[in-house]
Amino acid sequence: MRELLNDLDRWRRQGKRVAIARVVDIEGSGPRAPGAAMAVSEDGQVTGSVSGGCVEGAVVEAALAALDSGERAVHSFGYSDDDAFAVGLPCGGTIHLYVERLDW
Amino acid sequence: MSLYDELAAAVRADRAVALATVIDGPGTGAKLLLASGVAPVGSLGDPDLDRVVARDVEGELAAGITRVRRYGPHGEARRDDVSVFIESFVPPPRMLIFGAVDFTAALVRVAKVLGYRVTVCDARPVFATRARFPFADEVVVDWPNRLLDKVGPELTPRDAVCVLTHDAKFDVPAIVGALATRVGYLGVMGSRRTRADRDARLVEVGVREADLARVHAPIGLDLGARTPEETAVSICAEIIAVHTGRRDVRPLGDTDGPIHQQGAG
Repeated sequence: MRELLNDLDRWRRQGKRVAIARVVDIEGSGPRAPGAAMAVSEDGQVTGSVSGGCVEGAVVEAALAALDSGERAVHSFGYSDDDAFAVGLPCGGTIHLYVERLDW
Repeated sequence: MSLYDELAAAVRADRAVALATVIDGPGTGAKLLLASGVAPVGSLGDPDLDRVVARDVEGELAAGITRVRRYGPHGEARRDDVSVFIESFVPPPRMLIFGAVDFTAALVRVAKVLGYRVTVCDARPVFATRARFPFADEVVVDWPNRLLDKVGPELTPRDAVCVLTHDAKFDVPAIVGALATRVGYLGVMGSRRTRADRDARLVEVGVREADLARVHAPIGLDLGARTPEETAVSICAEIIAVHTGRRDVRPLGDTDGPIHQQGAG
């Protein structure tokens, strides 16, 4: 989250609502370690990254949804046995992200 | 001051802090900010859980580990009612570069890209100047062993020492000083013949063979680097490989298995 601080501070100063997605766990092969984070402002600006670019689009959707609903939850992206996930990591791993409003 | 503001202030001040967040179970979203020697801020929603997490965080924070731990509602072990994401924020790793030469300026730049806090040290005031190393966090005019006496005890396995002096009268004390620390990477520039001569001098001053094995020399991976910039990349590539435990570095195209290893980095 360290590299996001400047953007987060600016958005908060501007009174924008912000959601943050943090990598909390990885199964198999994943490009970014736990702690990698990205944040999305209510007007759709993005900072940071949580993978090599494979799931960022889906994470933006999840973050904007969390801004609206206030839901705080773990979202998982990648391949599962039943291919239940629409968005996959080409490296064949599963990435678990905790997504919430930055209202704390 | 919000919890986020407290966290941001600590991270910017390079203080070691951990943010614990309930990510699954009762009280999802609850947070506890922990730093050694400072009163905790916030709560995970249960005083016993707070106490157990605070105890566990001490170990995670010292090692800079970020991971999920699972507990019972009151912090019981071997339960998984509550998932707590413990995110450790540790100060950036340090790189000490001894020798204010052309290669040093390039190495400073590449090390900054990798997030190191970089100190350049040389005993010669004409070479160790801010103007020559504008990207260094610190330029110190001193003998390597004196700087290491001062900062050596703070060095950790995440840190690196690069000796680029090319001069036995600086190299030997720098290496001896660095070997007395917990630094994770110690590399020394110079030809293979220089290395043999230097090893003999190091043994003369009492360095054990086992400690000589900690010295990466000639410094860097065999990339065929020639320019200072290429050499800096080869040095930093070796540092990454050492930290991730790769002993036999080869092109990914020639190897099998997972590209991203669990627990690395």
